[in-house]
Amino acid sequence: MTQAFELTVNGRQVRIETHPDTSLLHALRNELGLKGPRFGCGLGLCGACFVRMDGQVVASCDTPMWSAEGRTVVTVEGLEPGEGLHRVQQALLDEQAAQCGFCITGIAVNAATLLETNPDADEEAIVEALDRNLCRCGVQRRVVRAVLKARSESACHVTPEDAV
Amino acid sequence: MTVEREIVRTPILPQDLAANPVLSRWVTVHPGGTIDVRVGKVELGQGILTALAQIAAEELGVDLEQVRMQPANTARGPNEGGTSGSMSIIHSGSAVRAACAQVRAKFAAEAALRWGVGPDRVTVRQGVIRCDERTTSYGELAGVVDLDVPADPCGPLGGGDRPALVGKSAARLDLPDKIAGRPRYIHDLDLPGQLSGRVLRPPSPGATLLHVDEGRLADLDVQLVRDGSFVGVVGADEAEVMRAVKVLRDATTWEESDSLPDEDDLSTFLRSGPHETIEVLIPEGPPPGGHTIQATYSRPFLAHGSMAPSCGIARWNDDGTLSVWSHSQGIHGLGAAIARALDIDVERIEVEHAENAGCYGHNGADDAAFDAVLLARDVPGRPVQVLWSRQDELAWSPLASAMSADVRAVVDDSGSVLSWRYDVWSQGHTSRPGYLGVPGLLAGAYLERPLRYPAPADPPAASGAGTVRNGVPIYDFPDRGVTGHRLLETPIRTSAMRALGAYMNVFAIESFMDELALSAGADPLEYRLRHLGDARGRTVLETAARAAGWGTPVEEGVGLGIGFARYKDKGAYCAVVAEVEAESDIRLRRLTIAVDVGMVVNPDGVRNQIEGGATQAASWTLKERVRFDRRRITSDDWESYPILRFSEAPEVSVEIVEAPGVPSVGAGEAAQGPTAAAIANAVAAAVGVRVRDLPLTTDAVVAAIEASGD
Repeated sequence: MTQAFELTVNGRQVRIETHPDTSLLHALRNELGLKGPRFGCGLGLCGACFVRMDGQVVASCDTPMWSAEGRTVVTVEGLEPGEGLHRVQQALLDEQAAQCGFCITGIAVNAATLLETNPDADEEAIVEALDRNLCRCGVQRRVVRAVLKARSESACHVTPEDAV
Repeated sequence: MTVEREIVRTPILPQDLAANPVLSRWVTVHPGGTIDVRVGKVELGQGILTALAQIAAEELGVDLEQVRMQPANTARGPNEGGTSGSMSIIHSGSAVRAACAQVRAKFAAEAALRWGVGPDRVTVRQGVIRCDERTTSYGELAGVVDLDVPADPCGPLGGGDRPALVGKSAARLDLPDKIAGRPRYIHDLDLPGQLSGRVLRPPSPGATLLHVDEGRLADLDVQLVRDGSFVGVVGADEAEVMRAVKVLRDATTWEESDSLPDEDDLSTFLRSGPHETIEVLIPEGPPPGGHTIQATYSRPFLAHGSMAPSCGIARWNDDGTLSVWSHSQGIHGLGAAIARALDIDVERIEVEHAENAGCYGHNGADDAAFDAVLLARDVPGRPVQVLWSRQDELAWSPLASAMSADVRAVVDDSGSVLSWRYDVWSQGHTSRPGYLGVPGLLAGAYLERPLRYPAPADPPAASGAGTVRNGVPIYDFPDRGVTGHRLLETPIRTSAMRALGAYMNVFAIESFMDELALSAGADPLEYRLRHLGDARGRTVLETAARAAGWGTPVEEGVGLGIGFARYKDKGAYCAVVAEVEAESDIRLRRLTIAVDVGMVVNPDGVRNQIEGGATQAASWTLKERVRFDRRRITSDDWESYPILRFSEAPEVSVEIVEAPGVPSVGAGEAAQGPTAAAIANAVAAAVGVRVRDLPLTTDAVVAAIEASGD
């Protein structure tokens, strides 16, 4: 029943043999050992498993492998192409914007994608985007503060002061 | 001076160290210099290991980086009971402090011996053991200093001079991994030879399995496990196992029956009995005559709703021992319950804690571990990882009990309270593994030889009680009566969730205080202070009020409300001011909080716990209600059990009221009750109508407004 699927994950071409109905989440976690995307609900309702697929934030738990063929996937592990953390992750760490941390990788993927597509995202836009992510420990406001901080840090590269 | 100290000091160790006196249970020093610290408390997302690491580093005289916190383990670490009730920093903190102070003294003494100097001339700072120009280190002396010795009751207990780390915010040690997405949780564990397992829960709690059509699984690479009405599958590929459990759903025949109460009339259900009566405060006589005011409040059943479904791993080893990995709050209690359920020697079971997502009480962790034990029995030598579905997590984890309360007060001419009577009805608040002498594990009830669980109990009063937790108001009323009524027939399985009965009791008491203030024509803050002699409490109330701008006019349609309590009557003081906007819907804008937790170990840790506790309580208060029909729980995903979203999360600011020199108490459960009351009082202030039944949804508020117009 298994088939081979080829896709790009975090910049690397991979080939995964699995059942076509296996979720992308389980393929990432169990076949590629990428544990950053997390199983929270299996229904696409909580955001813990968010990855970027062809530029869009999708629930990997709700994405069967047959629909991931040929796609380009970025997980939290691949947000920052080099070493270290993406600036959104760094800001989350700096603000200690996590308690149990289970939801935070999905949030990082969502927020990083937002800032890449909309570098000027304001608080309202950030909250609207993150409304797809659930957090039970209650760190929502810390997360929003962290994402705003990450945004202003990236924006400061083009401030007039920098240009002088 | 030394003599004086010996006379004054009672030679007694902190209770957890006295129970686990051998120092090597707590501390191992490696030749490379790394110091392993083992505690019995577990990381539940609350940051306790960071706080304890701070204490350990402080007492050892090393940098935080030199300390490595080890997962709790029944075979290797100290037994400190469960991690609950906001007691970790009190019990484990003092034990770690003393154990590490004694380890430090032993290393200093060894250095002194080598150098031929008095031990009082040896200092230990930043990991350097020094006397004048001579230095050594923990690593260098690791092979010589024997820690397989009991702690000395007359030895140092720590907490003395130079608090360098304690009191400063320390970044959480576990967050870098969790934010980077590195494997860290029990879901991520991948032991050699590990198999995946899933349990097919019955379609309803009262169901019995009649038949399994095993042929339906023939095409799937899984093994079926059945014991009575307990049925599951095991296999190498998790995705295949998940497909198999779906097939199994259709391949099983069950006999079902209605066993649940009417969810629209929980008050009647809770009050119908039979009950255990819990007399908390017995009044000397009947209340005096006078103007009497009364009200009834309620809350529905609530779910833990952890972001990660419960998970357990078990392996039956070739030598007849059993290894278990669990995110349980009480690994020793879990081990003992498994031993009892399967009639095996507890010494043959080793349970190690592995982290999962946030834990807010007795959730499905223990049940999932037992599921793994049962499935793994059929594949000896192989570890089996069981992961629950979201639906099972919301429908089969123990719930927090619905509650109903009557408050009645007699007031004098000025509206001040002369007499207070409080009655509260609830199911019990604990059915943790081992309660009332039964294993208390979910799957047990469905085995061929079923292990029934009786009605949940309540923790003893000394541990803060359950149904009546915070049932006694903090105010100086001249005549008080407080009685709990614990239901003894409980069709819905309930257990401990953050703050237990305190969330409801404080909601009721503090809502009623506002109703009394309104009736007296008094300001709610002034009315509370009028009845409150407790100085720390007054400071906390006044601090929150000042920070929130209490007393300054607010816009039309906006209301401020206050809620206050001292958790468990002896824990943290917490006052919350809520700002609610009531226009097209009810929107919680802001929570302004003041808290006094005694001495603060990690200020940002306290802030994070209070912010999180208050935000979660806002979710309970505004949105949450477990739904069910007469047969089964129906709120089993995030659409049928909605919780607070980013767009609904209030701004939260926390003022820590310093109380140096006062012992630390926990912060994780202080804010829930006051938050609920503050929101309810703010809603009442904004719309002029009181809603007494949680949750305070927009629909409920609109219904109350319409009813008041009748």
